[in-house]
Amino acid sequence: MNEIVVLSGKGGTGKTMLSASFATLEKNMVVADCDVDAANLYLILQPKNEIEEVYVSGHRAQIDYSKCTHCGICADHCRFEAISTINGKVIISETSCDGCKLCSRVCPVGAIDMLPNDKSRWYAGAYRNGQMVHARLAPGEENSGKLVNVVRNYAKKLADETNAKTIIIDGPPGTGCPVVSSLTGVKKVILVTEPSKSGFHDLKRIFELAESFNLKSSVVINKYDLNLDMSRKIEEWCKLFSIPVLGRLPFDKQIVEGMLHCKSIIEWQPSSVISQEIKNIWQTVNADQS
Amino acid sequence: MIIAVASGKGGTGKTFVSTNLFWAAQKQGIPSTLVDCDAEEPNDAEFIPGYVLNTQNVVQKIPVIDDQKCTFCGRCFDYCNYNAIVYLPDKRFIKVVEELCHDCGACTVACTSGAISLKEKAIGTIRKMYVGIPSVLVEARTEIGVYSPVPVIKKAIKYASDDVLIILDAPPGISCPFIATVDKADYVVLVTEPTPFGLNDLKLSVDTLDEIGKPYGVVVNRAGLGNSDVYLWLKEKKISLLMEIPFDKEIAMVYSEGKLIAELNSKYSDKFMQLLQSVKKELKR
Ligand code: SF4
Ligand code: SF4
Repeated sequence: MNEIVVLSGKGGTGKTMLSASFATLEKNMVVADCDVDAANLYLILQPKNEIEEVYVSGHRAQIDYSKCTHCGICADHCRFEAISTINGKVIISETSCDGCKLCSRVCPVGAIDMLPNDKSRWYAGAYRNGQMVHARLAPGEENSGKLVNVVRNYAKKLADETNAKTIIIDGPPGTGCPVVSSLTGVKKVILVTEPSKSGFHDLKRIFELAESFNLKSSVVINKYDLNLDMSRKIEEWCKLFSIPVLGRLPFDKQIVEGMLHCKSIIEWQPSSVISQEIKNIWQTVNADQS
Repeated sequence: MIIAVASGKGGTGKTFVSTNLFWAAQKQGIPSTLVDCDAEEPNDAEFIPGYVLNTQNVVQKIPVIDDQKCTFCGRCFDYCNYNAIVYLPDKRFIKVVEELCHDCGACTVACTSGAISLKEKAIGTIRKMYVGIPSVLVEARTEIGVYSPVPVIKKAIKYASDDVLIILDAPPGISCPFIATVDKADYVVLVTEPTPFGLNDLKLSVDTLDEIGKPYGVVVNRAGLGNSDVYLWLKEKKISLLMEIPFDKEIAMVYSEGKLIAELNSKYSDKFMQLLQSVKKELKR
């Protein structure tokens, strides 16, 4: 099975647009939306969720004030500045609590309970070209990469069951844990960038990350015609590091139009320049069996 | 006054709004600090060149277990709520997995044999850059692959605590890094675009801010693209529309070159000053 991850460092470069296009090019696909903190792909693919599961992302501390003596021992131990004493009253800030449980262990009267953070969900179901797994991380919960693993593992299971050849992974933004989880063990990494100074900067950072895992990446320049000069600079840089540039996609307002109709550009305007280019990219990616 | 500029996902123009707002304000002589809290992908400095005043390393304390002193009682293993300690008593093997450790200190409290000492691990840097009298840019930057950017973000914000105007360029999403940023703000400016993706992420951000009780308003970027659903929704929810930025190739071009539209076109610096006024008005309400 072939796992292809689409990444971009920063969001908004067209990562989800490209994933959606790939996902609608062939039948019997499996798609894993690993951008669990701002999942968007389901808006285009509209899967029918047959599975909805709870994901517990750690714990949070809560004080039982009928027991608390306001001694402040917990506050002395907390490394996350989550516990403070205001007017003699011990208060835990839910937004700062990391869920390490130390306060509940050191409290001499057992006044602190650890509640599970169980508001996050993940979903799986069929969409028009195959199966899709996605998730929604609840506000303020830690995006540790564990939920990304859950999504990926289930996608693999579905791919096995349905004999799918390819899993498309829409990766999370950034360069932290969730991204690491989305790319460990994959065969192909596609980096989507756009021709801007900041986009270029983000590309270098995400490339460095992929390199540190010994993964071969290739690049797609989206909206390349918005700044031809910058596009050229990016290509020169890619050449220098022997990174294949798979394709250049022009800016096209029709992408948003398609999105408004819940369609990828491949479905919305199959014969447009951009759709042709995406098809070429897809062929190149799949032809490379190394 | 601390204003956080945020958007559910990246790429909607959060960096565009924060850098231009900062530029316009400091040009007017308002002492301002811009803190780039998008520590995994900081790039405000690409738009605002400054003279680096100093660079601070942010470190995390990582426990190190001395297996000579360790009695293999397993208390630290039980205390660690992040599965960061590998404990194989049969093999007399014990080790901290650095990548999983949250620096919570629980294992040190647990150990009664004095087997745990601490070492420092670099998790990021904070750069303070001088931009113009009397304004600075503070950049939070994590090392690639660290478990959470939150400690670096918190430190960076602390660095900027006594300015007249502080603008926080918030990280994407609505998880811990976003909360750690907006938590410190008096007001949140949410940047969105009039597309289904934009609206979806805006709703998530709004739910989150409602939950923690922060006041906010919305800037619609790339107005003219997409449809009117965002506007209808804002009206229905009675959320203030603070500003609209048209979809314009000139803006896209200027941005791609790493330049600021507020610097090149006075119409836009005025617009961003109006945004600042609108936020002030909102805060008085
Ligand atoms: S400091 Fe906390 S997270 Fe790190 S190893 Fe010790 S108990 Fe685990
Ligand atoms: S608590 Fe101390 S003595 Fe016990 S296993 Fe951990 S390091 Fe060893």
